[in-house]
Amino acid sequence: MSRENVLVTTEWAEENLDTPGVVFVEVDEDTTAYEGGHIRNAVRIDWKTELQDQVRRDFVDRAGFEKLLSEKGIGNDDTVVLYGGNNNWFAAYAYWYFKLYGHDNVRLLDGGRKKWELDGRELTDEVPQRQNTSYQAKEQDLTLRAFRDEVVDAIDTKNLIDVRSPDEFTGKLNAPAHLPQESSQRSGHIPSALNVPWASTANEDGTFKTNDELKELYEEVGLDTGKATIAYCRIGERSSHTWFALRELLGLEDVKNYDGSWTEYGSLVGVPIELGAQR
Amino acid sequence: MTNPPPTPHKPRPGMSDGCGAPEQTATPSDVDTQGQVVVAGKVSGSDGPVGGAYVRLLNADGAFVGEVQASPEGDFRFYAAEGDWTVRALHASGNGEAKVTTGQPGLYEVPISI
Repeated sequence: MSRENVLVTTEWAEENLDTPGVVFVEVDEDTTAYEGGHIRNAVRIDWKTELQDQVRRDFVDRAGFEKLLSEKGIGNDDTVVLYGGNNNWFAAYAYWYFKLYGHDNVRLLDGGRKKWELDGRELTDEVPQRQNTSYQAKEQDLTLRAFRDEVVDAIDTKNLIDVRSPDEFTGKLNAPAHLPQESSQRSGHIPSALNVPWASTANEDGTFKTNDELKELYEEVGLDTGKATIAYCRIGERSSHTWFALRELLGLEDVKNYDGSWTEYGSLVGVPIELGAQR
Repeated sequence: MTNPPPTPHKPRPGMSDGCGAPEQTATPSDVDTQGQVVVAGKVSGSDGPVGGAYVRLLNADGAFVGEVQASPEGDFRFYAAEGDWTVRALHASGNGEAKVTTGQPGLYEVPISI
């Protein structure tokens, strides 16, 4: 897949802020970032309150996604350009989520909010008004999403890529101390997983590394590109970033994101866990 | 108004994931670090403090460990461990970095000029 179909540069974005049919959407983990300033004409999606079911641990259902996008004024034919802070973690998560519900015309702003700011480009606090639409979503494309049983079956058969930091991978750390509610019961990693931290796929300005650099990175750790791949992290956002690198940039065909990730796997009863360095 | 002491949340080395980087505030030089190795400082340019820089903590191998966005006053803070670190600041007006070697728990101040 060509990069231009999935990534846009900050230059392109600035030139297309007023282009009809292009909708910029900011998705941050710090959901107050938008209020402090955002790209002109961008709307906000709150990953926690708008993309997650507020009772069950799951996504909003198809009807919920349709309602959300309709209220945001996003139409089926719109080109959605996602960006956010934290090197685009949650924007990448939203990208994967849009794909899951069948919105193919979606792009990621390369480098996200950081690159935009480092370029010295303008931010505004003006909130755009968009007319409601009647958005129609598709059923979830489950070829993109891995669930727990498939992950357990993937041990020693598929590629498992753990994109967390080495200390989380080895079991030294479990979760950030400020998010105890997202801790798992046990530390460690899924047996046979390769540890390729998400940050190794990005430049310091938040843009993705080149395809050649990405290929070299995954070759070095021994990723078997002939096999299916499942990426995971702690709650599925950093692994969306790696899912994007593997499927959308490198064009690997069978790549799934395991959004249950370590907070689910590390709490399952009876599943195997490995501690220490990668095999 | 006094500055609050650093609270023991992220980012720590190895915790490059951080949903919700804490608000960055100035760290008083006599702060009680509560048994942690705190690497903190201020980003400045030729005209004084520079706010909003992206500050990255890199380990001895140069690998990424964590990133915060400095406060409007240029302040940043990391919870580290014993070791050799590079703190690198990125801003539209320029980049800068400084090295620090940490040992026992306490405050290690790292001013960065860009």
